[in-house]
Amino acid sequence: MSSGLAAVAKGFQGFARYFGGVLGADAYAKYLEHHRAAGHSAPPLSEREFWRDRTDRQDSNPQGRCC
Amino acid sequence: MAETPDRRSAARGEGAVATDTDLPPSALDEKVREAEDKKWTPGKIALWAAIALLGGVAWFMLAIIRGETVNAIWFVFASVCTYLIGYRFYSKVIERYITRPDDRRATPAEYKADGKDYVRTDRNVLFGHHFAAIAGAGPLVGPVIAAQMGYLPGTIWIIIGVVLAGAVQDYLVMFFSMRRGGRSLGQMAREELGVIGGTAALIATLLIMVIIVAILALVVVNALGESPWGVFSVGMTIPIALFMGVYLRYLRPGKIMEVSLIGFVLLMAAIIGGGIVAETPWGADIFTLDKVTIAWGLIIYGFIAAILPVWLLLAPRDYLSTFMKIGVIVMLALAIIVVRPEITVPAFSEFASRDNGPVFPGALFPFLFVTIACGALSGFHALISSGTTPKLVEKERQTRFIGYGGMLMESFVAIMALVAAISIDRGLYFAMNSPVALTGGTVETAATWVNSLGLAGVNITPDFLAQTAANVGEESIVSRTGGAPTLAVGLAHIMQQFIGGTAMMAFWYHFAIMFEALFILTAVDAGTRVARFMLQDSIGNFVPKFKEASWRPGAWLCTAIMVGAWGAVLLMGVTDPLGGINTLFPLFGIANQLLAAIALSVCLAIVAKQGTFKYLWIVALPLAFAAVVTITASYQKIFSSTPAVGYFANNAAFSKALAEGKTEFGTAKSVAAMEAVVRNTAIQGWLSVIFVVLSIIVIATALLATVRAFRNRTDATAARGNEDPARPSRVFAPAGLIPTPAERELMAEWDKVPAELRFERAGH
Repeated sequence: MSSGLAAVAKGFQGFARYFGGVLGADAYAKYLEHHRAAGHSAPPLSEREFWRDRTDRQDSNPQGRCC
Repeated sequence: MAETPDRRSAARGEGAVATDTDLPPSALDEKVREAEDKKWTPGKIALWAAIALLGGVAWFMLAIIRGETVNAIWFVFASVCTYLIGYRFYSKVIERYITRPDDRRATPAEYKADGKDYVRTDRNVLFGHHFAAIAGAGPLVGPVIAAQMGYLPGTIWIIIGVVLAGAVQDYLVMFFSMRRGGRSLGQMAREELGVIGGTAALIATLLIMVIIVAILALVVVNALGESPWGVFSVGMTIPIALFMGVYLRYLRPGKIMEVSLIGFVLLMAAIIGGGIVAETPWGADIFTLDKVTIAWGLIIYGFIAAILPVWLLLAPRDYLSTFMKIGVIVMLALAIIVVRPEITVPAFSEFASRDNGPVFPGALFPFLFVTIACGALSGFHALISSGTTPKLVEKERQTRFIGYGGMLMESFVAIMALVAAISIDRGLYFAMNSPVALTGGTVETAATWVNSLGLAGVNITPDFLAQTAANVGEESIVSRTGGAPTLAVGLAHIMQQFIGGTAMMAFWYHFAIMFEALFILTAVDAGTRVARFMLQDSIGNFVPKFKEASWRPGAWLCTAIMVGAWGAVLLMGVTDPLGGINTLFPLFGIANQLLAAIALSVCLAIVAKQGTFKYLWIVALPLAFAAVVTITASYQKIFSSTPAVGYFANNAAFSKALAEGKTEFGTAKSVAAMEAVVRNTAIQGWLSVIFVVLSIIVIATALLATVRAFRNRTDATAARGNEDPARPSRVFAPAGLIPTPAERELMAEWDKVPAELRFERAGH
């Protein structure tokens, strides 16, 4: 029973992660990963700075949404 | 033209990309992949035979048997099986002979990686992301309006059109943009077609965006007019989005899932609250607005939304809209599969062979093919498929899944919208979708008028119309044109059998109106912004100051121009005595398909320049179809002598009536209304002229480029000229939804690579 429950929980988690990915919720984590992998010496942006920068850049670089 | 082996391998970039010997291969071995692809095990053969058989039976049920009723499940089988076959076989032909992806080449997301715009994204996540960006209200509205002709023409066009045209366009544009570092369609047009073709494409795109935004806005206005419940709940999305924006900016940055859930709960509360508010006298008083007021509200809103910072309104509403989009579509699919409504609409209606249908005028060819744009072939997608998504693709081979597959998904949404629309009573359909000039606007006149149409099996009573309106919590449902309310009634009709019964119908109706409005408002916002930047960029060529995105006066002026432009078309549609949707919707479809023709022209030129003449027909076929359909439709809209079809014929008829001193003519009951018709038809007519001329210029320059490429075909150096140089890839990921055994093997090899070796460190 508990293993079934765990499977359901795991499935739900996987779905939530996928859905978050579609919404772009994991953008900061990916940025950190990139930052680490690229070996920058400067510290990465904080989470708040990253999201601020992200939406501010969209101001001058809008993305279309379809009909 | 047959290619020599040498040229072909040169074009494939073989040998050009040196792969890293420390790492496992970044692509499957070509021979292993081919062998796997061509190995037909008995199980595989049985599976595809079953898919083909089921699809065949479903098409047989829909197209040949056409009994008294047909079950909705056949639409699902016919579409899904056709999509699977198109995806498995046709898109592979395109991959093999036209795009020829090479996984040893790094994608822009790899070689331009910046952790922000260029980010390698898991293919399944990107599929969802891309789908959410391309699908909106379009596929939900067009098929509903096209249902006037019966279910079969629309079904065939949506399913066959997407396989041979729409998905081909999306896939090719995405692939070519990816090979060019994620360049936009406009930039590619300039490069491939030269200054004249590029400029014409740019102006056409700008005008087309204005039309598309205006008509989407018209759909919202028609859905919200005289509907206090709808106005309240859709209006509430603004404070909800503002709250989410502030929450994400200041309270808990980056917690997108969390804020989307909160937003969703608030949205549901707004729908339920709308029902309560609309019942109260003060609520009905404040929120019952006529269409002109709503249109002005939307124009003012559009301007403010487009100059506000993205974080405050656009970004949060986008999250909300994506959240709803995926949820609604999954729910609708489930409901259709569980409920399996019986469809009583005939395959071909009485209007299929006439050109005077009340919902939209014109004959089946070409007008059905422009009425259903999104879902079958949508030029607007080319703007999304170039630019945004290509910067996120992880491996070249994945573009088939994301580009072609994503469009198949949208087509499926269109099929479900069609099913929802035709599951309601046919008489109700015509009462809802015909302009008030015909129905008279009351339940009695509408019932009398619908029954007088002489449609087989249609006999509605005023009571039925009044009862349906009451069930969905509306004052009236007569002449609620634009497709959205019909879809909402259809969805409520299906969903109440799934969850909640009749008591829940009003909730489901407003739920549907809410999500359609949400999609459209997001598209209006984003469209205004994108158009504003295009305008700023264009003016910037003459007045350089305008190129500075941060220069407020320039940004505001260009926003005002764009909002003014679509606002004028919107007001024209709202006040049109002939009923805005049926005169303007063809213009929307024509504009969208012309954009498709432009995008396909660019693809044609690129494919020709690659020297792939033998398979040029894969691009030429949809291009020719789109060109013939749109140019014929434009021609008829401009030159037809039938006033209902031709803008100028209508213009002349009303001008003549005015000159003769008549005070009412046709559906226009006053001199002012007649003057409005004269003005509107002139504007619509000239817009058609401009669109078609610009598109012909673009198509002609593309054909010229193609012919030139054919003449110079021995000059192999020109091949792939505008692509970014090939760089070796240092990652691997499977191409499709489910990894193949060979891909799994390679993935396992990559899993063994120490983490510090996996990402490129050089270049930073």
